[in-house]
Amino acid sequence: MHDDEDDLKHPSDNNQERSGVSRRDFLKISGIAAAVPAVAGAPTDLAAQTGAPVYGPGKVPMEFTINGKTYKAQLEPRVTLLDALRDEFEITGAKRVCDRGECGACTVLIKGKTVYACSILAIEAQQTPIMTVESIMAEGKLHPIQQAFIDNDASQCGFCTPGFVVSCKAMLDAVPSPSADQIRQHMSGNLCRCGTYEGIRKAIAQVAQKGA
Amino acid sequence: MADYGWPKAEDRSLIGKRTTRVDAPAKVSGQAKYTYDTHRPGMLYGKIVRCPYAKAKIVSIDTSAAEKLAGVKAVHVIQKVGSTVQWAGDEVVAIAAVDERVADDAARLVKIQYQKMPHFVSDAEPPKGAGDTAGPMSEDDIDDAISNQMPDQQLIEYLGTHGVTFKADADYFKQVKEWGYPDPVIEAIRKAQFHEVKGGGGHSNYQRAAAITQGEGAKALATADVVSDGLYGASAITHCCLESHGSISEWTEPDKLFVHMSTQNVSGIPGQMAEPLKIPAANIRVHQDHIGGGFGSKFSPDRWGVATAEISKKADGKPVRIMLERDTELEIAGMRPSAFARVKVGAKKDGTIVAWQSDSWGTGGPGGGGMPPIPYVFNIANQEKNHTAIKTNQGPARAWRAPSHPQAAAITMCALEDCAAKLEMDPVEFFLKNLDLAKPRTEIYREELGIASDLMGWKQKWQPRGKNRSGNIAHGLGLSMHTWGGRGHNSDCDFTINPDGSVEIKLGSQDLGTGTRTSIMVVAADTLGIPLDQIKLFIGDSTYPVSGGSGGSTTIGGVSSSTRRAAVDARDALFAKVAPALNVQPDQLEAVSGNIRVKGDSSRSLSWKDACSKIGAMPITSHGKNPDRAKPPDLTNSGVGGVQMAEVQVDVDTGIVQVKKMVAVQDCGLIINLKTAESQCYGALIMGISYALFEEKIMDPVTGRMLNPNMQFYRLAGLNDIPELVVHMMTGKGYDERGVIGLGEPPVISPGAAIANAVANALGVRVPFLPLTPDRVLAALQQNAKKGAA
Repeated sequence: MHDDEDDLKHPSDNNQERSGVSRRDFLKISGIAAAVPAVAGAPTDLAAQTGAPVYGPGKVPMEFTINGKTYKAQLEPRVTLLDALRDEFEITGAKRVCDRGECGACTVLIKGKTVYACSILAIEAQQTPIMTVESIMAEGKLHPIQQAFIDNDASQCGFCTPGFVVSCKAMLDAVPSPSADQIRQHMSGNLCRCGTYEGIRKAIAQVAQKGA
Repeated sequence: MADYGWPKAEDRSLIGKRTTRVDAPAKVSGQAKYTYDTHRPGMLYGKIVRCPYAKAKIVSIDTSAAEKLAGVKAVHVIQKVGSTVQWAGDEVVAIAAVDERVADDAARLVKIQYQKMPHFVSDAEPPKGAGDTAGPMSEDDIDDAISNQMPDQQLIEYLGTHGVTFKADADYFKQVKEWGYPDPVIEAIRKAQFHEVKGGGGHSNYQRAAAITQGEGAKALATADVVSDGLYGASAITHCCLESHGSISEWTEPDKLFVHMSTQNVSGIPGQMAEPLKIPAANIRVHQDHIGGGFGSKFSPDRWGVATAEISKKADGKPVRIMLERDTELEIAGMRPSAFARVKVGAKKDGTIVAWQSDSWGTGGPGGGGMPPIPYVFNIANQEKNHTAIKTNQGPARAWRAPSHPQAAAITMCALEDCAAKLEMDPVEFFLKNLDLAKPRTEIYREELGIASDLMGWKQKWQPRGKNRSGNIAHGLGLSMHTWGGRGHNSDCDFTINPDGSVEIKLGSQDLGTGTRTSIMVVAADTLGIPLDQIKLFIGDSTYPVSGGSGGSTTIGGVSSSTRRAAVDARDALFAKVAPALNVQPDQLEAVSGNIRVKGDSSRSLSWKDACSKIGAMPITSHGKNPDRAKPPDLTNSGVGGVQMAEVQVDVDTGIVQVKKMVAVQDCGLIINLKTAESQCYGALIMGISYALFEEKIMDPVTGRMLNPNMQFYRLAGLNDIPELVVHMMTGKGYDERGVIGLGEPPVISPGAAIANAVANALGVRVPFLPLTPDRVLAALQQNAKKGAA
């Protein structure tokens, strides 16, 4: 359910030149900044002294692989992956609801794992292939979980639906026939307001039975 | 006269069957575009600076630094200096910038000085004897009313009836004119009668809103063998639409506005924006493809919606998008009023209810609010009811699915269940005993109670209060009943059959996720005898024929009726064109299974396509309306009955309530689409579990702000909180012939009461208020233990 930091190869691990600040680098920077109290100058200046790459606060070039395509943009380092997807590239399947990792409406896949796109910076998500709900329908054909959502009326207003579809797909890829407990665990990161859980439960059961 | 009536059961090809939602593929693939997803060319991003105080006067506003920031395109003051803010999070200044980050930065540069004023956010029980009756208005009262967006007409009427406490002079009128008071209101103040109020006048937050006596009133309690006495209620909750409120406005010409808005009221928005923008409604076009939830909170453009248009004008008409942030959405964009009551119910030994006495209170924000319809469903002969409305700075109330009914059910059904417990009666028997009081739906409820009992296994499972305990786990069953109106809103529908056989339908309606699109197409396809995919439906634009806002469970009645009438007229026009080719009179034709054929002789038939080729060059067009007295019968009806039962288990050590099973038995007349109708009920049960156990708008008395404006602490039920759900729709004889009745409200009314009753049955103790959080459960157990010890 959560992005495992060690599993996620950060761009800086293999390409210091082009990429952003990894979380590990960031920790290093802030650690040093904290260790040098009361020194004049912005944290970025301090970071520069450590030799760590510094980006921003202005826009910097970024490059992404989203649903198998390359996207380039000039973005501020503070832009989240979700905002980059939605506002910069107009890939709007992932929804902005809570914008703080509470509801799962913005769930995307990075290396097959579910990630809340609102809780990761765009700059951190470079060079790792990102999959959004738009890519789950392959060549115009619905994925079995999408078909099951349709068959079991698992969407009402539909605003949470893309997040649920992505989470369900990730679960079924990892556990083709999930137990009730496994469903409980894998689906605990997504919320719905209209009350479509009954349909979602039936949709999961339909795919688990037939196989994806 | 054409026969507009609904087809007989055996003639229905799609109506009443399970039809898959037509927009489901778009929703599951992320292709469905919501207002929040819409990008307009050159779009700017808006941000609103909000007041952090629950009540304050704006002393000064300095936007100069924000205006100078690179990337800021326009700054617009929404509430001017001198205005009184009535709740935390109210709009003061709007900013439009090239992106959201710049808009955020600019918002931080706006300097606003406030004069803080005392606020009040408590909806606890009013002190004895508290409460003003309605009286004349002071200058502050009028300012409060205007800040609180009280409708002008209502304010004018109030001023006419109750007068004012002050003598307005020329300076006053000059000032209020500057503040933007509407001219008719100023005129009403001028004409209002002056009443001298001694001692500064009453400005209590408590307002006596109702005092009603029916029959013998509370005196009849003396004739009862048993009187139960308890405290009940439901806390204020929010709508928490996943797509927050918001819109994109752009001026396509100096006096023409194009708006994308997340709204339940596409046709109704232009009229509401016309007045503040001072342009004709005809110059405003509103569009919406999909909406991410409304639940009653999205009927108006709201001040922030009007602000997008105003700030777009300042930014050379460029599109400006403002969507509310999540915290703001929860703080100000939707609140279901709270309602609480002390209730006494008197009954005879045999279970006959004789009297009801209640002292209720609650808040609907600065307006106070009214008494919920108690006693609910059961019209008890002798009643005495007092209600105190509490005016608070909690933020404005909005209609939440079945306004006032879930609260009324929580108060009434729990009070009645307590009375049954005191009589040591099974509540199902107690309800059955008193069903005569539930006229005119007595027989519907009787049938539903029987079905629900069977589906729940009530007879096998039910035990008297507090008797079903294994270790620290207490088990219980509870029930509730509800009702709602319906009918259909005003709806107009344009219908076209083209010579190539394609069909187009246009309505200015909207699909909230209830399945409106699918239902319209089902009605049309059933009437024409063609498959759904031959129909193109256009909704969600104010340039289409006017269809009402989606509220009060009136949409399905409105759109199904207007569509049916239009489709019947279009079909009959087609019959007239086709009849000569088949050598019969038009009234001898029927449209079945993709063919137009002679009744009783299927060998004489034309395929739909061939039939339509007889139309000629010009398409067939028709127009349907609801209501339409010129074209009987009325295709809709009103007044449904529903019964729900809940099974729970409660951990008496932790106070955690778990729902194990819920049963909903629901009548809604003729069902258009059984699949989405059932989904409405499942959804309502789930939403009901959510407000029964978790949801509460918690206010901080010190700051006057909401303490949990996020989705971590304003908790919605998750998949793991949902038990076995059983939905049974009442269909067939006795129900179908009633006509179409809406389903958005009814099934969401009872879950809170049914679950609360199940918890009382499990524990042997009443937990008074929803949500039934662990602290409330433990407090009730503790209080009971103390009582036992004393």
